[in-house]
Amino acid sequence: MSALHTVSNRRRWWSHREIRGWAFVAPFLVVFALVFLAPIGYAFYLSLYREQAFFGGNTFVGAANYVDVVTDARFWDGAVRVLEFFAIQVPIMLGLALVAALAIDSGRLRAPRTFRLVIFLPYAVPGVVAVLLWGYLYGTNFGLAGDVNDLLGTAIRPLSERWMLTSIVNIVTWEFVGYNMLIFYSALRTVPEDLYEAAALDGAGPLRTVFSVKIPAIRGAIVIATIFSIIGSFQLFNEPNILRNLAPNLIDTHYTPNMYAYNLSFGGQQYNYSATVAIVMGVITAIIAYVVQLRGSREAL
Amino acid sequence: MTVIQEGTVTAGNVVSARRTRKVAAGISPLRPRKSRLLTGLMLLYLVYTLVPLVWLVISATKTQSDLLSTSGLQFGHDFALFSNIKETLTYRNGIFLRWLGNTLLYVVVGAGGATLLATVAGYGLAKYRFPGRRVVFAVVLGAIAIPNTALAVPTFLMFSDMGLTNTVWAIIVPSLVSPFGLYLMWVYAEQAVPQELLEAARIDGAGEFRIFWTVSLRLLAPGIVTVLLFAVVSTWNNYFLPLIMLSKPNLYPLTVGLTQWSNQAQGAGADPIYNLVITGSLLTIVPLVVVFFLLQRFWQSGLSAGSVKQ
Amino acid sequence: MKIGHRRRFRRLGAITAALAASSLILAGCGGSGGDNGSAGSGAKASPQALDAALKKGGTITYWSWTPSAEAQVKAFTDEYPNVKVNYVNAGTGNDHYKKLQNAIKAGSGAPDVAQIEYQALPQFALPGSLVDLSAYGLDSLESDYTPSTWAAVHVGDGLYGLPQDSGPMAMFYNKDVFDKYHLTVPKTWDEYIAVAKKLHQADPTKFITDDPGDPGFATSMIWQAGGKPFTTDGKKVTINFQDDGSKKWTSVWNQLVGDGSIGQIAGWTDEWYKALGDGTIATMNIGAWMPGVFESSVPGGAGKWRVAPMPTYDGQPATAENGGSTESVLKQSKNPALAAAFVRWLNNGNGIKPFLEKGGFPATVKDLNDPSFVNKPDPYFGGQPVNQVLTAAAKSVVPGWSYLPYELYANNIFGDTVGKSYLAKSDLNAGLESWQNALVKYGNEQGFEVNK
Repeated sequence: MSALHTVSNRRRWWSHREIRGWAFVAPFLVVFALVFLAPIGYAFYLSLYREQAFFGGNTFVGAANYVDVVTDARFWDGAVRVLEFFAIQVPIMLGLALVAALAIDSGRLRAPRTFRLVIFLPYAVPGVVAVLLWGYLYGTNFGLAGDVNDLLGTAIRPLSERWMLTSIVNIVTWEFVGYNMLIFYSALRTVPEDLYEAAALDGAGPLRTVFSVKIPAIRGAIVIATIFSIIGSFQLFNEPNILRNLAPNLIDTHYTPNMYAYNLSFGGQQYNYSATVAIVMGVITAIIAYVVQLRGSREAL
Repeated sequence: MTVIQEGTVTAGNVVSARRTRKVAAGISPLRPRKSRLLTGLMLLYLVYTLVPLVWLVISATKTQSDLLSTSGLQFGHDFALFSNIKETLTYRNGIFLRWLGNTLLYVVVGAGGATLLATVAGYGLAKYRFPGRRVVFAVVLGAIAIPNTALAVPTFLMFSDMGLTNTVWAIIVPSLVSPFGLYLMWVYAEQAVPQELLEAARIDGAGEFRIFWTVSLRLLAPGIVTVLLFAVVSTWNNYFLPLIMLSKPNLYPLTVGLTQWSNQAQGAGADPIYNLVITGSLLTIVPLVVVFFLLQRFWQSGLSAGSVKQ
Repeated sequence: MKIGHRRRFRRLGAITAALAASSLILAGCGGSGGDNGSAGSGAKASPQALDAALKKGGTITYWSWTPSAEAQVKAFTDEYPNVKVNYVNAGTGNDHYKKLQNAIKAGSGAPDVAQIEYQALPQFALPGSLVDLSAYGLDSLESDYTPSTWAAVHVGDGLYGLPQDSGPMAMFYNKDVFDKYHLTVPKTWDEYIAVAKKLHQADPTKFITDDPGDPGFATSMIWQAGGKPFTTDGKKVTINFQDDGSKKWTSVWNQLVGDGSIGQIAGWTDEWYKALGDGTIATMNIGAWMPGVFESSVPGGAGKWRVAPMPTYDGQPATAENGGSTESVLKQSKNPALAAAFVRWLNNGNGIKPFLEKGGFPATVKDLNDPSFVNKPDPYFGGQPVNQVLTAAAKSVVPGWSYLPYELYANNIFGDTVGKSYLAKSDLNAGLESWQNALVKYGNEQGFEVNK
């Protein structure tokens, strides 16, 4: 805006200073390179080889693992499932989170702090207790689902084939609405007050303020939350892996691509193939996330 | 509050250049009425959120045998919360407290470091137009898109080569990186730190790091708090990495330790201690709630920091 | 040390190479090859060498999740104060194996002694990760153990551990349920089917047993029926689920799975424990270590449960092993003689007593024949001397069984294959066939010669 004019007058000095940005980013990138890029480099190296789990014999196979993954029905079975999951779950979760954030931020809610805390809490429940928790809630013999069915005369079995994906959607939504709510909420906190005043002067009602001021103002945060939700969906692992304890036949080892990579690695010591699955899934995820980012906001980032 | 006043002094003319910002709901000129409809709808959602948590709290009051003989949302025959807590804290020579201490260490160093790195880097990306900025974005995005479960074995082998496995560094170093925190700070800094403000400070002759330290950091406070909260919770809940990296129970964080307790329920020699697993889980949530309460003040103060000058 | 360093450099080289430009030519020479045959063996030591090692002392690390492990280690170090044992509970079952596998692959960080279940032993022994204890003359202990457990600690000709416990199967039944529905204790599987249907018809919320599809149970049932689906000879492996034994089992079990008279609650969950306590599950065919689990974890079933021999196909006693572990010495151990001496103490010496005190079921003939053990009445089981049934079971285990060299992998994909038949309540034979196909494919990819 107005700052940009002053900038262009002193370009040389300016760009020299801009370089200092690297000094801010460097410490992060150093650690990032160690804990993310190096293992990925190693995984890429692995993906070009084939080693037998019991007898060694490391051989270079070029792109053969990639060809196998791309033609692997089990991989695509999981990939389609997470896509389906993503299409259902992400809009619900982000929608609820946005509504909750706007409600808490609006000042029209009684006890907003309580809401903020309680909605966030599920994110803090440790995974280990989740098996017990959902085992109870979804149990049709002794659990809440059984009681609800008795009460309403329904026959919903949350851990049956028909309901499983819904059950996972429910868990993830329960856990992460609060998380995303906080992202939106803290972004709403940075919206300049004069924008509201201007809207009020224009005679905008609360709903119009929401749609024409608040949501556009936190667009960057929405895009980030969406990108991370895409990545989270495509890496879906914890929840199905937990439910696998309760429904081992329904949730198979390749229920999601991430579970497939995990089971290849830890169940069958197929490290090379596991790395390939991860990289292929990573590339697919990154492309989709990048497209969303490009479409979502040119100016936000 | 004192912090804010100091800020006003040191930042001097800087603050006057700042845009007027949102005022706390209580003193806003646009102060709305409370809405019963909205509160009611949100209450429904609250119930949805609470049911599983109620199960957790009720279950923590039951003995092992009540857990296996009574329904989940009913209290048991005995109210055993306190004896459960006592037993959790003393089981196997009080290993739980050791795990709690480890977790605190990992959280303080790991999440604290992650927040620092993410804040500094996010700010740098938002406020400097240096070459390679977009590459950073793309590389980080691409890297986190690769499922980390598949990277566990490569990471383990690398760390093993470096002699880091079975040390606290195997947990701390990876948790220093929060890509999500980076992006959040990036977006946040774009909005929260006005370019004019930096310009004004530069005209005053302040160096870049000094500007960051004395001017920008304060404006970023609500964002930092959010990033910190996420980093704390994710380090607190970190499970997979410690499971792979550590084989010494003395170094375990709570998550891995509790899972080990939970797994006692399996196979020959099974000795389920669900009551301790549940009570232990409840106890691990408590510190997070405390952190939340402590941090949420900063949302308020970050807010009022912006509203000092109207 | 030297070997470790070289390997370390090689791998780091590989990493940086891959990182720098992923230049394929450079990386070609790197790699993290298998860890077979690093430690030198060869020289045959004697049991005296173990005594000498104990005398000399030293430090060893022991990974185990056995409930009595801590007490055993304490008793051991009381007896041998100059030996230090770092006892580590690195996780139960699969978590433990994950870490063990990683440490083996990394070339360092593995313990000296580790608990390994019989089913998992070939998986670690075959690639050369374990020490053959016959090098220390421990093969002379054969007559101390039951034939089935002694067979279970052998892979090929090597002795890769000493049996810690055994799990000959028996039928545990809830007498209250049997009395209430006027059921008679079945001796054959045909009778068992009849009882199952009668019970489930009388009360659809009650099940004759619980089996959600469990690889350990399925293989044990095939074992009991005389099936030998896995044979291994070096790299040559045969997998065959179409033999008579497997078919015998599926022909019985299909009838129960098909009409839903078997419960499908996931095992070892709190729901499962609940169902054992409240009469939902009427019988369990399971290993002889089960009384300890009942007593510690199913308070609701106290006084109700009894033990009977497992039903058979022809009424003659026959049973199989279900579960059980060995302690093994790892090749990475820097003091294998001391480690072997510890294993000998654990499973052939004074370590057995603390193990039995914690409710373990022995593998040693002497303890299985000890009248005070055999005839001890058990109040949980209404005063029944359950060990009479269980020790008799230990003597009627069908011989000739062996596990697959990659049983852990097989277990992991059981749900993908046989599990689907359980889910659909359809023919288990078809499920076994798809399990077999997946296992043949995997084995051949990993360098075995399966069904060739």
